[in-house]
Amino acid sequence: MDVATENKKISTELSDWYFSSRDRLMASSSSLINAYRPEAMEVFRELGIPDQKQENYKYTNIGKSFLMPFRKYIEPKKILFSVEDLFHCDIPDLDTEVVLLVNGWYYENQNQLQTLDNGMIIGSMAVAAQKYPDLVKEHYGKYVDFRTDGLLALNTAFAQDGTFIYVPKNAGSNQAVQIVNLLLSPEDLFVQHRNLVIVEEGAQAVVVVCDHTLSGNKFLTNAVTEVFVGANAHVEFYKVQNEHNDSQQVATTHFHQERDSHVNFNTVTLHGGLIRNNVYAKLNGKGADNNTLGLFLADQNQHVDSYTFIDHAVADCTSNQNYKGILDDKATGVFAGKILVRQEAQRTTAYQTNNNICLTDEARMKTKPILEIYADDVKCSHGATVGQLDENALFYMQSRGISCRESRLLLMYAFGHEILKKVTISPLRDRLDDLVEKRLRGELSRCNSCSLHCQ
Amino acid sequence: MAKDQDKILSEVTQSEYKYGFVTDIENDVIPKGLSEDVVRLISKKKEEPGWMLDFRLKAYRYWLGLKMPEWAHLKIPKIDFQDVIYYAAPKQKADLESLDEVDPQLLETFDKLGIPLEEQKRLSGVAVDAVMDSVSVKTTFQDNLADLGIVFCSFSQAVREHPDLVKKYMGSVVPYRDNYFAALNSAVFSDGSFCYIPKGVRCPMELSTYFRINAANTGQFERTLLIADDDSYVSYLEGCTAPQRDENQLHAAIVEIVAMKNAEVKYSTVQNWYPGDKEGKGGIFNFVTKRGLCMGDHSKISWTQVETGSAITWKYPSCILRGNSSVGEFFSVAVTNNYQQADTGTKMIHIGKNTKSIIVSKGISAGKSQNSYRGLVKVSKNAESARNFSQCDSLLLGDQCGAHTFPYLEVDNSTAIVEHEATTSKIGEDQIFYCNQRGIDTENAIGLIVNGYTKEVLNKLPMEFAVEAQKLLQITLEGSVG
Repeated sequence: MDVATENKKISTELSDWYFSSRDRLMASSSSLINAYRPEAMEVFRELGIPDQKQENYKYTNIGKSFLMPFRKYIEPKKILFSVEDLFHCDIPDLDTEVVLLVNGWYYENQNQLQTLDNGMIIGSMAVAAQKYPDLVKEHYGKYVDFRTDGLLALNTAFAQDGTFIYVPKNAGSNQAVQIVNLLLSPEDLFVQHRNLVIVEEGAQAVVVVCDHTLSGNKFLTNAVTEVFVGANAHVEFYKVQNEHNDSQQVATTHFHQERDSHVNFNTVTLHGGLIRNNVYAKLNGKGADNNTLGLFLADQNQHVDSYTFIDHAVADCTSNQNYKGILDDKATGVFAGKILVRQEAQRTTAYQTNNNICLTDEARMKTKPILEIYADDVKCSHGATVGQLDENALFYMQSRGISCRESRLLLMYAFGHEILKKVTISPLRDRLDDLVEKRLRGELSRCNSCSLHCQ
Repeated sequence: MAKDQDKILSEVTQSEYKYGFVTDIENDVIPKGLSEDVVRLISKKKEEPGWMLDFRLKAYRYWLGLKMPEWAHLKIPKIDFQDVIYYAAPKQKADLESLDEVDPQLLETFDKLGIPLEEQKRLSGVAVDAVMDSVSVKTTFQDNLADLGIVFCSFSQAVREHPDLVKKYMGSVVPYRDNYFAALNSAVFSDGSFCYIPKGVRCPMELSTYFRINAANTGQFERTLLIADDDSYVSYLEGCTAPQRDENQLHAAIVEIVAMKNAEVKYSTVQNWYPGDKEGKGGIFNFVTKRGLCMGDHSKISWTQVETGSAITWKYPSCILRGNSSVGEFFSVAVTNNYQQADTGTKMIHIGKNTKSIIVSKGISAGKSQNSYRGLVKVSKNAESARNFSQCDSLLLGDQCGAHTFPYLEVDNSTAIVEHEATTSKIGEDQIFYCNQRGIDTENAIGLIVNGYTKEVLNKLPMEFAVEAQKLLQITLEGSVG
């Protein structure tokens, strides 16, 4: 069966599933989420699962992931034991407000919607849509354009639950909200969740998202997160991907930035079979500033694909992207970054860097840094490199008595540290440093509590 | 000062095409349209052998099944391939022996272009194979070259006289199945140049072709095949101009280069076809497939191009580095103005060990034009110790134009070192201020800066060409370059 027929088959299966479970879907969700479904399904039927003929998915065969017989659910499956017993975050001294998502559903044994002292609201997307319809309606589905990508349309058509965070005007604190995405199931599972983060004018938010797998089954996740960053707001967003290598994930994060807002987005990918990270940032107000960083370490047959699209829609914005990757064994890496500077976006400063190290002959890296510029008063540059460790540096260290292995580790660690040092939460940074170092040493570097049944 | 700059920039966009004139030479044309019969007719008119016709027909049938590619960052108006004349040859009586027999009007055309055959023959020692509307009119210096064993003639002559070489290499670098326009060219190509440098020969002069599209509504489909045998060297120059015409003219060419062991080929292009008027009306559509194959070890192919013309340019001179330690180079200046669109770049395919490539691309966009660099650097699994460096700079003059970069880096070998860097900016006001302060007016300052910006590439051009290329830059950006 060729790819086109395969993808057609998958799309038909998924749309059949949609129509057969439409009533239950509609009944389970708020009308404002339901309002998007018909059109999104229509778009999905038209676009289907993206194939490699599409420029944005040129190097990733995502259809193959959908071919596996995953179970899909409209209602969350009961988990018979307490997730807290299985999982607790082991980052020492990390003071966070932890919320759990289990298989894409807001974990039932926690407060479904809580309001903190400073006015922050944290809770389930599904519940928030019922309880604060006006707030959700203003932002939900307004930033991600599902007409551009079949997978976004698929997520929008099936969106039910996820995390909802609201930070009111001028509120917020340094205390991070930690969203832990847990995958735990006795059968192979297809998971979709939809998250919404609203940070209003002058507010501040720190979000840490951790992805974990607690059972050895195959998982496929298609997640979408929309982040609204109001004027003068400041958002730090960290994503730590540490799933097992039988899991596959497509994660889309969309930032919509207003005037003078700041976003630091940092993705650290340690484990996971096939990972596709889409990052969209629309700089929609003057003076907005976006820093998008990423580090991935891939080995065995891992495939990590990072796609970024920074849209400079107005003048005087700055953006900076820095992605780094270390590839070992037969791993493949992809970076496709795009900076779009629209005609009105004069005095834009936009940078993009992608550095990669291939450690073996079988490791492969494809990189595609794109600039699309329609304004003249801009400073834009991009750079991409694929290479190996510097032999002179290795020699230097060895001549001073550091073993070859150790000097290689040191160099790789230093290479990755450039991304990690930008993490402002020090316990998280230390932990990530530690994880990366262990990972480079080839030790099992999962969070200690992860009761891994695989490998 | 900003006002001055605006004024100068607006003058830039108002400069007219200098080479706009039509030479009134009797043409032998066939009716518009494309069909199997037309392909047969072209082949018949050119008195080609059967294998050539078969090749054309195969290509034509393949082309019928293809769709116009849409991936380029170009807005291409719908092209009616039935509305194009696929063959137009200046009527000539017999083969010409000397320049005296060449139509005086034709000579005048070349005079206007600033490259009189006479002059060149006498002064610069350049052998010119002048292609005017599809048929090679006159090939000079053939005898001198023949003494060295160099074959430099029109493609049709090569088909007649060196069928073995043509059969062996035609389509070996750019097969007719390569892309839409390669298939079209393979079906209907009219003429072009053929060059063979035998083993150990260093070609003593720069070989040069001047293409010029003359008759209205004729697409020019020329085909160049260049073979450099072991240990040989050749520098090849290609220049193009077209008279001013309202309707878009179609141009789809193929250039194939084969470099054997230790051979070096330098291919320089100055392209100055009619870019259309200030409203974006008319102009040449230029869809070219150029590719070189470094077949032998230590071979080298170097592309240098100055692209100032054409309404639409779609062109990616590439190198396949198959031989070990072979080298590929690409130096490009692309200037777009008014409504011109250019999507140009290169492909460096590293296959052999220790292969090296360098890419230097300088884009300048002005007016309402769009200028894109699109390049691929591919290091295949067995290309041990491959090395690439790419640099793509864009300069924007005016706030209505666009500059884009689409680099693709595909690395399948861990010993490869691949680097890419690109910058986009406009001419800094501080730079202009600095010049003004020292008594250089804004116009000259912009000239100075653009000149310095493109120097890296222009330096790679052969002397005679560098002068002309600089002139062309001046014409394209007239008003700003002093």
